[in-house]
Amino acid sequence: MIRISSPVDPQQIRQLRAGDTVLISGVIYTGRDAAHKRLCELLKRGERLPVDLNNGIIYYVGPTPAKPGRAIGSAGPTSSYRMDPYAEPLLQQGLKVMIGKGSRSQQFKQLLQQYGAVYLSAIGGAAASISETIKKCEVVTYEDLGAEAIHRLEVEDFYAIVTYDSAGNDLFEQGMEKYKK
Amino acid sequence: MRTIELSEVTAKIKSMFIDACENIPNNVLEALAKASEQEQSPLGKQVIDKIIENDKLAREKHLPICQDTGVAVVMLTIGSEVVFHGDIYEAVNEGVRQAYTEGYLRKSVVRHPLDRVNTRDNTPAIVHIKMVPGDEFRIDVAPKGGGSENMSLVKMLIPADGVEGIKKLVLDTVFNAGGKPCPPIIVGLGIGGNLEKSAMLAKEALFREIDDSSPDPLARKLEEELLEEINRLGVGPMGFGGTKTCLAVKVNTYPCHIASLPVAINIQCHAARHKSCKL
Ligand code: SF4
Repeated sequence: MIRISSPVDPQQIRQLRAGDTVLISGVIYTGRDAAHKRLCELLKRGERLPVDLNNGIIYYVGPTPAKPGRAIGSAGPTSSYRMDPYAEPLLQQGLKVMIGKGSRSQQFKQLLQQYGAVYLSAIGGAAASISETIKKCEVVTYEDLGAEAIHRLEVEDFYAIVTYDSAGNDLFEQGMEKYKK
Repeated sequence: MRTIELSEVTAKIKSMFIDACENIPNNVLEALAKASEQEQSPLGKQVIDKIIENDKLAREKHLPICQDTGVAVVMLTIGSEVVFHGDIYEAVNEGVRQAYTEGYLRKSVVRHPLDRVNTRDNTPAIVHIKMVPGDEFRIDVAPKGGGSENMSLVKMLIPADGVEGIKKLVLDTVFNAGGKPCPPIIVGLGIGGNLEKSAMLAKEALFREIDDSSPDPLARKLEEELLEEINRLGVGPMGFGGTKTCLAVKVNTYPCHIASLPVAINIQCHAARHKSCKL
């Protein structure tokens, strides 16, 4: 198990390999379709982002409402491929780690190599367990989007699996090849 | 004649959705435990164990298993000797509204597929009503997530495609879906009828218990063979490779036109949430 703290060390991120399991501690930002769309529109207009993504981590999640006494509701990953069209402008802002679930485009994999970034998977549907590793949650911006607003999370030992690394390896391809009969 | 109060239906729907979202059925947990034993990939096994740990934690702490608490799918089986006064659809929607707003569940429904404004209470539900003789009143509910529903499809095959064509369609669909529908999955297969009937059959197949098998020998044979063949694809838990891609295949059939072979595939993720009750 590899420990990662955020903001991340770009050197360490480049050394991660598909299949590694990691524990993340520090700050991560949430974002789904609608928030990504708005961030990219800002960049297109040449405006500054409301969050600092340099060496940062984005988690694709739309949690359930938090029950009283809990930092956040159940918070598992959503399918990542829907965010593919928004990846490059954010990578240009220094984004290094994206966390979600499921496979993504070939073009996205090439972007990771180009920008020295990685794509991690959290376990889809393990949302209650994941919420236990999120210690703090606050809305940063786009409150009108509800569960889709951008939240700043403080996490401790958030478990994820390196799925695409910055050297072009793909855990889905490797794994399926190995167990195909 | 038996009279049912719609307020009772509303109250039941509310408690059933909260219950379904927090408590995975025991037989699904048992199927996951068996899959963990059989999974040959160490990472795949780790993933299944984490899913089991999650489902137990959710139960213990009364938390939703998954953040996608889905669109509310409701099947009502109503005996012809049952009477009620008022709007049954509204009674169901009120139960869904209360469950999702008071039960800390995520609201994932938009009012129009093109303008995409959230309704903020997860209504409307998708309600299917089946009439039967007698005085039964049965409610089945399933919160259905988007990740697995998005990997589903209907295809009008032709009779010449036969069982082989059906198998190829299922195997291609599951393989192409990869990790997106959160495997290990359950496959609901509707064969026959027409376009909409096959989709309904596939959905009904997913409402069956995970550990039953079809009473129809042809369907049962297909269930068994497909389960084995899907697990040979190598997709594995969450798509990371492995021997447990699928927990169960459920095949429901219906007569069809001499010229057609409609096939619907409805994919269900490991968060196979389903509750039923009789009033
Ligand atoms: S596919 Fe199922 S387990 Fe996965 S995120 Fe969606 S509802 Fe949850």
